[in-house]
Amino acid sequence: MMAYAAPSPHHGESNGSGSNAGPHGPSGQARPAPPESAVTRPRVLVVDDDAALAEMLGIVLRREGFEPAFVATGDRAMDAFHRARPDVVLLDLMLPGRDGLDVCRDLRAESGVPIVMLTARADTADVVRGLEAGADDYIVKPFKPTELVARIRARLRHLTGGAAEQLRIDDIEIDVGSHDVRRDGEPMSLTPLEFDLLVTLARTPRQVLTREALLAQVWGYRHAADTRLVNVHVQRLRAKVERDPEHPRVVITVRGVGYRAGPP
Amino acid sequence: MVRTSRLRPTHWGPAHLVKGATRMWRRSLRLRVVALTLLLSSVVMALLGVFLLDRVGQGLLADKRQAALGDVSSGLVYARAQLASAVRSDPNAVDALVETIDTELGRRGSPSGLFDVAVLTTNRSSGFTTSPLDTADIPHALRLQVRGGAEAETYANVHRDDGLERALIIGAPVSADVGSYEVYYVFPLHTEEQTLGLVRRVLLLGGAALVGLLAAVVWLVSRQVVTPVRMAARIAERFAAGNLAERMAVHGDDEIARLAASFNDMAGALQRQIDQLEDLSRAQRRFTADVSHELRTPLATIRMAADVLYESRGDFPPAMSRSAEILTGQLERFERLLADLLEISRYDARAAVLEPDTVDLAGLVRNAAAEFTDGAARAGTRIDLDIRGDLTPAGSLLAEVDPRRVARILRNLLANAIDHAEGATIEVALVTSADTVAIRVLDHGVGLRAGDSERVFDRFWRADPSRSRATGGTGLGLSIAREDARLHGGELVAWGRPGEGASFRLLLPRRAGGILGTAPLPLSPDASLVRAT
Repeated sequence: MMAYAAPSPHHGESNGSGSNAGPHGPSGQARPAPPESAVTRPRVLVVDDDAALAEMLGIVLRREGFEPAFVATGDRAMDAFHRARPDVVLLDLMLPGRDGLDVCRDLRAESGVPIVMLTARADTADVVRGLEAGADDYIVKPFKPTELVARIRARLRHLTGGAAEQLRIDDIEIDVGSHDVRRDGEPMSLTPLEFDLLVTLARTPRQVLTREALLAQVWGYRHAADTRLVNVHVQRLRAKVERDPEHPRVVITVRGVGYRAGPP
Repeated sequence: MVRTSRLRPTHWGPAHLVKGATRMWRRSLRLRVVALTLLLSSVVMALLGVFLLDRVGQGLLADKRQAALGDVSSGLVYARAQLASAVRSDPNAVDALVETIDTELGRRGSPSGLFDVAVLTTNRSSGFTTSPLDTADIPHALRLQVRGGAEAETYANVHRDDGLERALIIGAPVSADVGSYEVYYVFPLHTEEQTLGLVRRVLLLGGAALVGLLAAVVWLVSRQVVTPVRMAARIAERFAAGNLAERMAVHGDDEIARLAASFNDMAGALQRQIDQLEDLSRAQRRFTADVSHELRTPLATIRMAADVLYESRGDFPPAMSRSAEILTGQLERFERLLADLLEISRYDARAAVLEPDTVDLAGLVRNAAAEFTDGAARAGTRIDLDIRGDLTPAGSLLAEVDPRRVARILRNLLANAIDHAEGATIEVALVTSADTVAIRVLDHGVGLRAGDSERVFDRFWRADPSRSRATGGTGLGLSIAREDARLHGGELVAWGRPGEGASFRLLLPRRAGGILGTAPLPLSPDASLVRAT
């Protein structure tokens, strides 16, 4: 392990030096960043125990214009998250210390930050468990760098609406511009992905969207992908927006086809 | 249109009863044992009763006859003496004497009603009888014998006030100077018959009671045997249903206890075997998962490194640049091979799980075809779709299948077809019936030799070793596709003729866990398409 213990200075977080986090960071890449460099570089927190993979991820991410931070164990993942305040988290499911699923749940408990799981197993149960724990998307090792970058970009891309675009499903009010969802004036806390999913459905009232269409519009998959992504996230969304998730009125299943929004 | 309604069978018709009884007879050991016991003991009791009655009757009659013969011989002595003293000249006096003899003889028996006596004149057909005896009751055959000079006896029915009655009749000739006479003693047998009737009733009642008791005893005893046997059957059923912890209770040391102990031993051995197999399977699954993880992580790293090199290959000298290209290409191949190997080993470990979902098969097929459009074009061929069945207005065709596996089967079949199509069009047909889905991928390329239609599903099998795998197949695709089909409870079969092409037909039950119906689509293209409703 010593060979991996002192990688390039970019691996600040995995060494605990916190170069990305401290307000008095020594270099230009520290946060809060000097306005001339890091403002436009999205921050990615890589939670992975494999040093070689983490380093390679760092190389690829930097080439693609991201600002990576690293943490190698599940125990320290939350600290690293607080310090790095990433725009996206890349989370390996198999971690020493704490299970990746637990980390995922903890992250989700306090933040809507996009989480992309890295998993060695496309085994059904594993992936579904990760999605249920709150991950937005997953990518199976080994992956092409371009695929990884596409997944991360898709999670960073946000729906933009007209300044005053107002949508309504059932008794839910959506203000697209300000990312605000309310029922009876009470705000609801949705993750960006859940928000995108709800808005995508709300924009085409009464029209059925297939899972493939949702995968393309919300997740940014150009080819058919895993429809379980849609299924699990619809369940998560329903748990938040439905009064009775057993009898949904906001996101309605059209058997064998897909989903549609309930009437406004 | 006339609607005919079929007659419904009456629920409790005689045929039904007979059937039910036969069924019970076949199914219940206890019923059979008790019924056989009843039958055999009844037969034995009946035989015994008949024998006893016969012996008792014979004994009674022998006693009666002995006493009767004594009465008769003493009566005859008296009658002979009286007649010897008679005077021949006076017929009236003789008649009076005969009457006296009759009365006297009758009196000997009359106090007890033991017998009646008739004294008849042989040649004049006249005589005297003690009341209530009627001469006509004496059988003719007996009279003939007596007239012939012999003492004779017979059993006959005689008339009494209350009808006919069985009687022993003994006749003897008495000759005297005054003439020939016949003396008949009639011994009614009603006392003996009464005794016999009583014995018969006692035997009947006793026999019936005994048989009933025997049946009850057998019923109870058979319970001792049948109850544990039934219990054993029940427990064996539960065991077979997967309840491996089921054991029989062992009481005492008898045969039933030994049965229970042996059953438990067997169950224990089976359970250990199954546990062992499960452990092995679990270990295999673990291993597969671990290998998967351990291999994939470094592979992901290598993959990214190779891609970084590949993208910068323009800056490298030619040899290094080409090396980067080869590295990337072979890595892709290696990844596919690893993925397929892991999938196969998951099947071998029986760790593959079906994840059925109601999906649009038409869409699945269209997507798969679209995915291969470019590849087909590069191979100089194209893919034609023919989708039939109960399509919804939106053009979807619903079925409950595992979409990832079906998509994978389609990808494997299409890749294989493109590899072997030789530029001819590939025809993909999707046809459904109410219970079965058929997808056929047909090419008109190199085809398959006889016997190869099975071997084509063997791992790493190649029809022609010199042929390259243009679409980069691993040699495991069709094996995995067949496993995927079987996991659905479906089938994947191949057909082919050299130079004419090959056809692969996938059949899946339309509902998860369903049974395959008739194939809505033939395997070979010779037969025309069967149009489904």
